[in-house]
Amino acid sequence: MTFGSLDLNTVWFVLVGVLFTGYVILDGFDLGVGVLHLLAVRRDEERRVFINAIGPVWDGNEVWLVTGGGALFAAFPAVYATVFSGFYLAFMALLCALIFRAVAIEFRSKRPSPCWRAFWDGGFALGSFGSALLIGVAMGNIAWGIPLDARGEFAGSLPGLLHPYALLMGVTTVALFAMHGAIYLVLKTEGELQATVRCWVNPLIIAFILCYVIVTLATLLYVPHITEAFRREPWFFGIVIPVVLAIANIPREVNRGKEFLAFLSSCAAMVGLMAIFGLGAYPNLVYSLPNPEHSLTITNAASSHKTLGIMLTIALLGIPAVLAYSTSIYWIFRGKVKIDRMSY
Amino acid sequence: MDVLTLSRLQFALTIAFHYLFPPLSIGLGLLLVIVEGLWLATKNPLYHQMARFWTKVFALTFAIGVATGIVMEFEFGTNWATYSRYVGDVFGSALAAEGIFAFFLESGFLAVLLFGWDKVGPKVHFLATCMVAFGAHFSAIWIVVANSWMQTPAGFHIVGGGLAARAEITDFWAMVFNPSSMDRLSHTLAGAWQAGAWLMVSVGAWYLLHRRHRDFALASVKIGLGLALVAAVFSLITGDASARGVARNQPAKLAAFEGLWETTAQAPLHLVGWVDERNKRTHGVAMPGLLSWLACGDSARPVTGLDAIPKADRPPVNFSFQLFHLMVAVGFGMIGLAGWAAFALWRGRLEDSRLLLWLLTFSVLGPQIANQAGWWAAEVGRQPWIVYNLLRTSEALSAVVTANQVAASMVMFMVVYLLLFAVFLFLLNDKIRHGPDEADLVPSGKLALGFEPKEEC
Repeated sequence: MTFGSLDLNTVWFVLVGVLFTGYVILDGFDLGVGVLHLLAVRRDEERRVFINAIGPVWDGNEVWLVTGGGALFAAFPAVYATVFSGFYLAFMALLCALIFRAVAIEFRSKRPSPCWRAFWDGGFALGSFGSALLIGVAMGNIAWGIPLDARGEFAGSLPGLLHPYALLMGVTTVALFAMHGAIYLVLKTEGELQATVRCWVNPLIIAFILCYVIVTLATLLYVPHITEAFRREPWFFGIVIPVVLAIANIPREVNRGKEFLAFLSSCAAMVGLMAIFGLGAYPNLVYSLPNPEHSLTITNAASSHKTLGIMLTIALLGIPAVLAYSTSIYWIFRGKVKIDRMSY
Repeated sequence: MDVLTLSRLQFALTIAFHYLFPPLSIGLGLLLVIVEGLWLATKNPLYHQMARFWTKVFALTFAIGVATGIVMEFEFGTNWATYSRYVGDVFGSALAAEGIFAFFLESGFLAVLLFGWDKVGPKVHFLATCMVAFGAHFSAIWIVVANSWMQTPAGFHIVGGGLAARAEITDFWAMVFNPSSMDRLSHTLAGAWQAGAWLMVSVGAWYLLHRRHRDFALASVKIGLGLALVAAVFSLITGDASARGVARNQPAKLAAFEGLWETTAQAPLHLVGWVDERNKRTHGVAMPGLLSWLACGDSARPVTGLDAIPKADRPPVNFSFQLFHLMVAVGFGMIGLAGWAAFALWRGRLEDSRLLLWLLTFSVLGPQIANQAGWWAAEVGRQPWIVYNLLRTSEALSAVVTANQVAASMVMFMVVYLLLFAVFLFLLNDKIRHGPDEADLVPSGKLALGFEPKEEC
């Protein structure tokens, strides 16, 4: 298929964003469940319910990250190369966290011994927490800007990536995922356990909103290139209002007992947050600070028009199918978690 | 050690470990389709029990395959950033296609395969099993296509020069069907089927040796052996085609595989040997003319030797030679073992020979050794290039990553992977010792619909 004069660079900026948004919404609740795993419940049966709540879906959810990474590699190779090599140790730590998260789910139930289960519980919880934190820190750095040299290579250091804004974004991401995961758990649990989890939702919402307010203030004060984008294009605020409403709607729906609507609001809020992030960054993919002229943009970091066109064909063929069967799989596994002999 | 050596070691370590698992998932995926198909067709509950048991083994291999696979995708960017910039336009689209077409399919339907037994009807479950197997095969297609493009680049042109040079696609289908991709894909899949099939045979043979679960064990050996025999012969055919492709497209690699120093007609084929790289000699048992005949179809035709390759462009010769010969030897061994076992099974004497049963029990190691040796040979034989004749491995590194960083991550991977491997073996052993579940002889839930237990017939 040829796409004529369509601005494929912008299309792929959006599509990479869509893939990563899919990832944070879907794996966000998996990671959130992991963050709460050690804190919220103690008994083995309760922990099994937690793990089985995400059991059938976490793997497919992680594929959004793999595909997002692949799409970034294909559409914007320079961004992929710069960010992955520049964040070397942070990404190695992320891999370690993701590996433990993944295998802990599979391994935990295989032996009854309490020591065995405690070890993999730890792996699952720390892996999830670490993944959420590191994803947030990485996003914080991308929003803040990282030092790039004239060739577009990372010119900073690891300690330089751990500045307060990035850490704040990391904590916010953990809070967001934990809130999202708690709402998901309310949907998947029943009885006493559901009551326990329900108690966690409101404090987590408050924690997230606090973090969000601080991040927003910090962005307004210290990240001028993002605020500049909003000053230039005031209609961007059209996105901010529904995001704030969606966040405000979460506690309302929880208190009305409409957990599914609360979950949808939480998803909508995450879509909105990613959209704000994207609008603020566009047309940069990696903003260079202090030398903005070295930034990696949708034009200087992209693959050829031909490749972007081929990939759009692939995406148009693949994504509808992915959405169709992903939806049917969520439908098959709808409802409360029931532990049976196939369960983890 | 320098950052180049460390990065290569780390990539070798992580890909070698990862590559233990996807072939098992591909092979077992196909076997699950066969077993579940047999169950649907015959309604024999034994096949249901088998499907249940092998699904559990599949889940274990799949989980580790996923966990270690994401590392591979990250490492292109973290350790080989210059390479990523160079090939992103070409390689990236294959990787993205793999994600969209293969991984989503695999991991989505895996949920139904593992947890859907009581939630969906038998036909929907079978569909899910087929989709998982299909997805596993599909992921092999895209990754082998991408790797083959690194062996025999096609359908591209080079844009820019010096450090900014990069390959761009000119013809997508020429990239996909580059000269080596179909030979290498079929050979890789044959190896993956063997990995799954011999695992099934091996577990069945072990039960037979210990006189446990006889029906289950015999059925496992029969079905596994059927696929193993077909796949072992298919490995030979596709291996021959791949080797002829290597002779055509990567003469330096073939010369290294065979330790051929001088370009000659009547080139000999070594059965075993040792390459003395300092004195440029290859010692061993050789069949004169056979290499020329195999590579070119005519024993009088010359085969390119290492003398025609500039020194700087030669791969490590003895290492490539040994890896290649190990793969070939094990490959023939598997054909022989499959033939022997099939003959014994046909004459009804399989259970009489404890030697054969012991050999079958250890047969699971064969395809793993051959798959590893073959993959290593393919990659080492391409050196010093990362993209053949275009980009050197030494020029493909990340500019900003230091040796200390790679050393740190490598220690992390070694510790984590050792732990994973130990746990994997422990759990696999546990599952095998526990054996198939007798309860699975009576399907429950939605699967039981339309199913009459045997006693009532």
